[in-house]
Amino acid sequence: MLGYIVRRLLSAGLVVTLTSMIVFALFFLGPDNPAQPLCDINGKCTPERLALLTEQLGLNDTVYHQYWIWLQGLFVGREISFGPIYQCSAPCLGISYSTRNEVTAELLDKFPATLSLAIGGSLIYLLVGVFLGTMAARVRGTLADRGLVTMSLIVSSIPYYVLAILAWIYLSLEWQIFPDTTYHPLTDGIGAWAYGLLLPWLVLGLAQSTAYARYTRGQMVETLGEDYIRTATAKGVAKRKVIFQHALRAAIVPVITIFGLDFAFLLAGTVVTEEIFDIDGIGQWGIRALRAPVDFPVVAATVLIGAVIIVIANIIVDILYSFIDPRVRVS
Amino acid sequence: MTSERFLSTPAQSTSDRAADIAAADNFLVVDHLSVRFPTHDGLVQAVTDLSFSVKRGETLGIVGESGSGKSVSSMAVLGLHDAKSTRLEGSIRVGGQEVVGADESTLRKLRGKEVAMIFQDPLTALHPFYSVGRQIAEAYRIHHKVSKGEARKRAIEMLDRVGIPQAKNRVDDFPHQFSGGMRQRAMIAMSLVNDPKLLIADEPTTALDVTVQAQILDLLQDLQREFNSAIIMITHDLGVIAELADEVLVMYGGRAVETGATKQILTHPEMPYTWGLLSSVPEVSADEDARLIPIPGNPPSLLNPPSGCPFNPRCTHKDKVPGDLCVTTLPELLPARVGPSHRRRCHLPDPEVIYLTEVLPEIAPDLIDPTTGEPIAALQEIAAASEAEANADSRGDQR
Repeated sequence: MLGYIVRRLLSAGLVVTLTSMIVFALFFLGPDNPAQPLCDINGKCTPERLALLTEQLGLNDTVYHQYWIWLQGLFVGREISFGPIYQCSAPCLGISYSTRNEVTAELLDKFPATLSLAIGGSLIYLLVGVFLGTMAARVRGTLADRGLVTMSLIVSSIPYYVLAILAWIYLSLEWQIFPDTTYHPLTDGIGAWAYGLLLPWLVLGLAQSTAYARYTRGQMVETLGEDYIRTATAKGVAKRKVIFQHALRAAIVPVITIFGLDFAFLLAGTVVTEEIFDIDGIGQWGIRALRAPVDFPVVAATVLIGAVIIVIANIIVDILYSFIDPRVRVS
Repeated sequence: MTSERFLSTPAQSTSDRAADIAAADNFLVVDHLSVRFPTHDGLVQAVTDLSFSVKRGETLGIVGESGSGKSVSSMAVLGLHDAKSTRLEGSIRVGGQEVVGADESTLRKLRGKEVAMIFQDPLTALHPFYSVGRQIAEAYRIHHKVSKGEARKRAIEMLDRVGIPQAKNRVDDFPHQFSGGMRQRAMIAMSLVNDPKLLIADEPTTALDVTVQAQILDLLQDLQREFNSAIIMITHDLGVIAELADEVLVMYGGRAVETGATKQILTHPEMPYTWGLLSSVPEVSADEDARLIPIPGNPPSLLNPPSGCPFNPRCTHKDKVPGDLCVTTLPELLPARVGPSHRRRCHLPDPEVIYLTEVLPEIAPDLIDPTTGEPIAALQEIAAASEAEANADSRGDQR
């Protein structure tokens, strides 16, 4: 098991390294001079200033050298100078062009908001979706089942941002049910934290739960037709236990895979939800950095962190697998 | 025990009492059972007007090809058909308890306790995510109020009983860590954990190697002797029938077409479908150029069953029946002239003569005494000797 995890971590490291190279290539070898936006930020950009910044950022060196310097910064920190000299401590992801803060510090500052949103939202869609899907499979073919499937299709065919905006307008602004919808750090108290996030959790969770309901239902219907379900019934196991224990245990496996990846995507930033519900997380941060003048170090950091999260999520899902399904138990 | 309890119920009418007295003898009584499934294309008549009974300590073999209603009728005994999508008629009494129309909780008390089932493919019939021991212990705990530890002990005991070596070390293994034969043993251990009075084995050896098959059948026989349980052996392997069954029920198109004592049915069959089954059994000792004679045609549609005798479209002997009786009239399940319990559904006026003079010489020429024209050995031996190939054949058929 340990060997397996080490192997997986090594290959994950490779993936992340490759991603970082691609990100580096995309942004630092792009058509524009990467120093251009930095030069644009403070008013007039003269050719002399641009030349100076280009030299200061080391953009005249070879690409390999630049990547090496950047990589070094990740592990031991480095000095960055454009105008003043900034000390960027490890793990250094650069200095934000717009705020002149260390990117790593900003990332750590934004991450709790996104994490809070992701945990609540995904818990709701996992639990609600799996429960509804299981119930629908249990009564499959009946009116209740068809109603549930139809409802789920209707909800999921409405664009998510429409749902979110409507929820925000009516539930937050108009009816004031959730007037104070925003992110409060946990240090403000768990009540404020949960209450501020409740509406985005519900919107995110319920909208996404329809997909999980349909997926779970499909898996359940298939599993309920398995021989071992008939065996369980034949030995006298109660129907509820057959469904929620014997069948769900097997049906949930592919759902977990999807869930792991979905959760990773949420962690990498949920732009729409964060924008609409005023949650200052990774998604908003990344979008803001993309607006001209582009904040290259921040954009690079969001892409990199996204890659890291997804790779880690995959490893966790695979390890979870081996706990759920003994046949894939690894040595 | 169960039947005694029902006998003492005062509210029962005398006719019920009579039936119960019969049930005390016959542990399972299936009476005019019909199982139908409404589908978009129409009503699938999986089992029609089926009656049979089994005593404790006895083995009934049910033979027939896929779709003949063998499994469907045995699943009905446990009430395993979904009530909403199944139409059940007739009566199934297990130790006096009516199963048709019984509620879930009544059925649940029967399932695994009074009647247990062994399924065909133990790899798919065992839950892949639960250890073998846990699955056996679960079956035990459903019907016994014992701790997990005690149930586990019982599971180890049962695994040991069915011949799993080092049961103590294997109890926490998962089904995929067992070999095919061991899985089926585990399945049997699970079915027997509550000492059921009736064991329904639905093609228990079809998915297994030939050598393992014999072991499993021996095991079932041993356990039957030990627990005095009734066994229903569902198979399309006449070798298995010859070895295990006391009585045989041949099913075709959802109906019983021939029934009686095993030896009688295998040596003096009187129904052309049974002849066909016997003709298609390969024989190791036969001449190299001896041919298997397959039954022509396909199993009947259960949606639009043929009129008259269900076997008539495939029957090669129907020209011997006067008129078009075979096509117009369903033959009754009538007693044969020889053999007290032997009944068959056929219009042929003298099937026993046709069998001896036309069928037997063709399928087993060396078994006919040339001077008397009588068979010199029981056909049972044919089936038993060729068990290996029959199994290989039926396995291919099953895929």
